Amino acid sequence: MTTIDTNPNAAQRTQAEMSAEMAEQTAAYERAGVEETQPRLDYAPYRSSLLRHPTKDLHHADPESIELWSPCFGERDVHPLESDLTIQHGGEPIGERMVVTGRVVDGDGRPVRRQLVEIWQANAGGRYVHKRDQHPAPLDPSFTGVGRCLTDDDGTYRFTTIKPGPYPWKNHRNAWRPAHIHFSLFGTDFTQRLVTQMYFPGDPLFALDPIYQSIRDAKARDRLVATYDHDVTTHEWATGYRWDIVLSGSHPTPLEEDH
Amino acid sequence: MLPPTPAQTVGPFFGYALPFPQDDELVPPGRADAIRLHGDVLDGSGAGVPDALLELWQAAPDGTVPQEPGSLRRDGWTFTGWGRASTDDAGHYSFTTLRPGATEPGAAPFFLVTVFARGLMNRLFTRAYLPDDADALAADRLLATVAADRRDTLIAAAEPTGYRFDVRLQGEDETVFLAYPGE
Repeated sequence: MTTIDTNPNAAQRTQAEMSAEMAEQTAAYERAGVEETQPRLDYAPYRSSLLRHPTKDLHHADPESIELWSPCFGERDVHPLESDLTIQHGGEPIGERMVVTGRVVDGDGRPVRRQLVEIWQANAGGRYVHKRDQHPAPLDPSFTGVGRCLTDDDGTYRFTTIKPGPYPWKNHRNAWRPAHIHFSLFGTDFTQRLVTQMYFPGDPLFALDPIYQSIRDAKARDRLVATYDHDVTTHEWATGYRWDIVLSGSHPTPLEEDH
Repeated sequence: MLPPTPAQTVGPFFGYALPFPQDDELVPPGRADAIRLHGDVLDGSGAGVPDALLELWQAAPDGTVPQEPGSLRRDGWTFTGWGRASTDDAGHYSFTTLRPGATEPGAAPFFLVTVFARGLMNRLFTRAYLPDDADALAADRLLATVAADRRDTLIAAAEPTGYRFDVRLQGEDETVFLAYPGE
């Protein structure tokens, strides 16, 4: 059931009240006993979702024509240096330099080759270069926090960046987002389009965050958490994290075989 | 089958990251055969959503599916079939593009529209059909499965310069959003 609560004082709710609401959601999920792999569109603890989620069921469609294709990106679109977020200005950005890498695959484990990956993130102080971010943490003149790359023939992407900081938001009183990097991904079919967020292992804010908890299944939530990987860490340069991404569904590519 | 990586909201701060120059101009606005696809993105109270991002994906006028790179660095001549538009402070979006053709004889042409927004935990897909060919719309496989009183939410309105297509995220006239197998 959906409750539309547009109470302007909602932002004054405490974390304890919010955590109780999230615990109710978890209990309801466990009672229902039906596995969910995606976030709920109607997750009331995330206040901004209240008036912005569809209340009718999504309509089943069999993909056809353009839905079975994705736009094509290439060297013309993305320069290789766009994958290094630490060299976009004159100086070295403040913070923990890190490499994040992984593979983009489909539901059958096949690599998603030569496709666009876009990321954006806060700086080490938890501040975005965005006019609507008024969090009084310092901007870093050496860091914008936007990167792009194309996956290689193995589906691998790789970015060099700075570990983002957690930051406050106005969902409720004393609300803080766990540190994260936004990811935007394309598959081989447009229906695989994914925008999501990557998190860091062991973040103490996970249990308190309505956006992370909108994925009610604990195993599914874990799929958004990168792994520290010492083989990705480089000597006297950067720490390393690995995060693999699975796009929905199984998508045969008969046209490739026709060629 | 591997379980999919879950989605998360695009959030409020994509505006300095995902937009790019001429992202909403699949063709230059001055071109003779350019059309406009535009509309409002509205929330459950009927208010415009000022922080939504729409993606357009479509066939070329001859019905072929574009597979040319260059969307992110438009050269003004290559039709890539894909674009992005941010809503303005009133919740309005606008694309300059070409009329999509039928991908097979008799098929009803449509734009595929993907909606992202702060407050929306996962992207929403919908189709904006061209209203011009009544026979093709009547024969369309997807439209035939949509309740008659909701079908119009999937059909763009013709205008002298192109088409208007509003997206209602919630409420009485909520747009029909699509789920594909494997979701």
